Amino acid sequence: MTAAHIRSNARYGLRLHPLPVRIMHWINALAMIIMIMSGWKIYDDDVIFSWLRFPDAITLGKWAQNGLQWHFFGMWIVALNGLAYLFYGITTGRFRSKLFPISARELVATMRDAFTFRLSHDDLTHYNAVQKVLYVGIIAVGIVVVLSGLALWKPVQFSELATLFYDFQTTRLVHFLCMTAIVLFLVVHVTLTLIVPRSLVAMLTGGPIIKDEKATAGTQPISG
Amino acid sequence: MPNRSPSPSVFRPANGVDQSVLEESRALIADIDRRNLLRGGASLGALSLLTGCDVSDASAVRSMLLAVSAWNDRVQEFIFRPNHLAPTFSQAQVRKPPRFNAYYPLEDVKPVDAATWKLELAGPIADKRPWQAAQFDALPQQELIVRHICVEGWDYIGQWSGVNLRTFLERIGADLGAKYIAFKCADDYTESLDMATALHPQTILATRYAGEPITDPFGFPLRLRTATKLGFKNPKWIMAMEVTNTFPTTYWSERGFNWFSGI
Repeated sequence: MTAAHIRSNARYGLRLHPLPVRIMHWINALAMIIMIMSGWKIYDDDVIFSWLRFPDAITLGKWAQNGLQWHFFGMWIVALNGLAYLFYGITTGRFRSKLFPISARELVATMRDAFTFRLSHDDLTHYNAVQKVLYVGIIAVGIVVVLSGLALWKPVQFSELATLFYDFQTTRLVHFLCMTAIVLFLVVHVTLTLIVPRSLVAMLTGGPIIKDEKATAGTQPISG
Repeated sequence: MPNRSPSPSVFRPANGVDQSVLEESRALIADIDRRNLLRGGASLGALSLLTGCDVSDASAVRSMLLAVSAWNDRVQEFIFRPNHLAPTFSQAQVRKPPRFNAYYPLEDVKPVDAATWKLELAGPIADKRPWQAAQFDALPQQELIVRHICVEGWDYIGQWSGVNLRTFLERIGADLGAKYIAFKCADDYTESLDMATALHPQTILATRYAGEPITDPFGFPLRLRTATKLGFKNPKWIMAMEVTNTFPTTYWSERGFNWFSGI
């Protein structure tokens, strides 16, 4: 990268959430809603827990086959967008600079602050240890939900992968538990966003301009 | 390869629809499909903003989803491994009796009389004489202990035996270069397989379950059992089989389920 290029980036401002991150975030948000709601429709056709059935009003698709159509449409968006996100996060260094390292001591301190309502939200550009754990965790869950989904879709063609999840019903259970983790994450994620609305605005506009040289390593927009 | 099968078929009227029109317009049809996909995708964003209505009711969305399902057929055909075997299991794991599935309840099963039953054959096949039940016992037998997976989500291990479908197709002199094998059943159910699946080593015409003749609810006297497809792709009470190059729609694919439905 040339010096001129860095200067031009600086002029436009290096934001907390570069444009590619924002685009991928909102594509993923829409795709996740499609996958979760159509997944509930598919689940209802043969429930795992007899006490749990999702009401039609919150499922996607009129019949099971429509739920399956939505799910096998949404899977392409989730998989392609997810791969693009992982590629971006790794190659630009965004994951390394934003999500690591995670210190156990800071994690305990952050949780203590959170439970005593002393947690500071002044600096959106720095993720606290709890945020780091949650974001790394949800990326890992995203990988497992896609892999278990592939094993459910093609237990014979991808039998090597399917073996990792033991048998068909345990694969279903893993896929279901990943969904549960994603839904719980969503509840926390959206709640915290509403408590600190600036963070929602940041995911739309890009957020504060980052000046710190070290912190910008992973946030340069892909351009030029 | 001619598009119309060279013999009268039990699947369609003697004077079939002229396929040349379809051939001439194939590019146009593909183009319209593509445009629907784009239009469907564009409307999806707008539609998803509406609340309180089922977006899959809108016809643009419906055709977009069907276009994706057709694309998924091709993807599944591409990733299909013709000689990759499905996991097999031990006799101790076999569920007895097997689990029933059909588009109607168990009470409505109409048993087939083996004495008068015969399997009709159609399409590019050298010897199209119909087959009787006893003739299948005279062919080499193959046993499969494989997992049955229903599109609904349940599964069980089943022990099926009968005649390998490839062996049978070779025996009757079927054109193995054709694209599809279509089945018509006693209960008017229809199903079809791509040729690669039909020729897979774990695809059989089954006559027995757990060593005993298959019972009425499970397809007596002859049913298909393939280890590489979802349960509903395994037709029961087969009355007729056709080798064809014309895509044969099926009971469930006409109702929105994915046609290939490989596992």
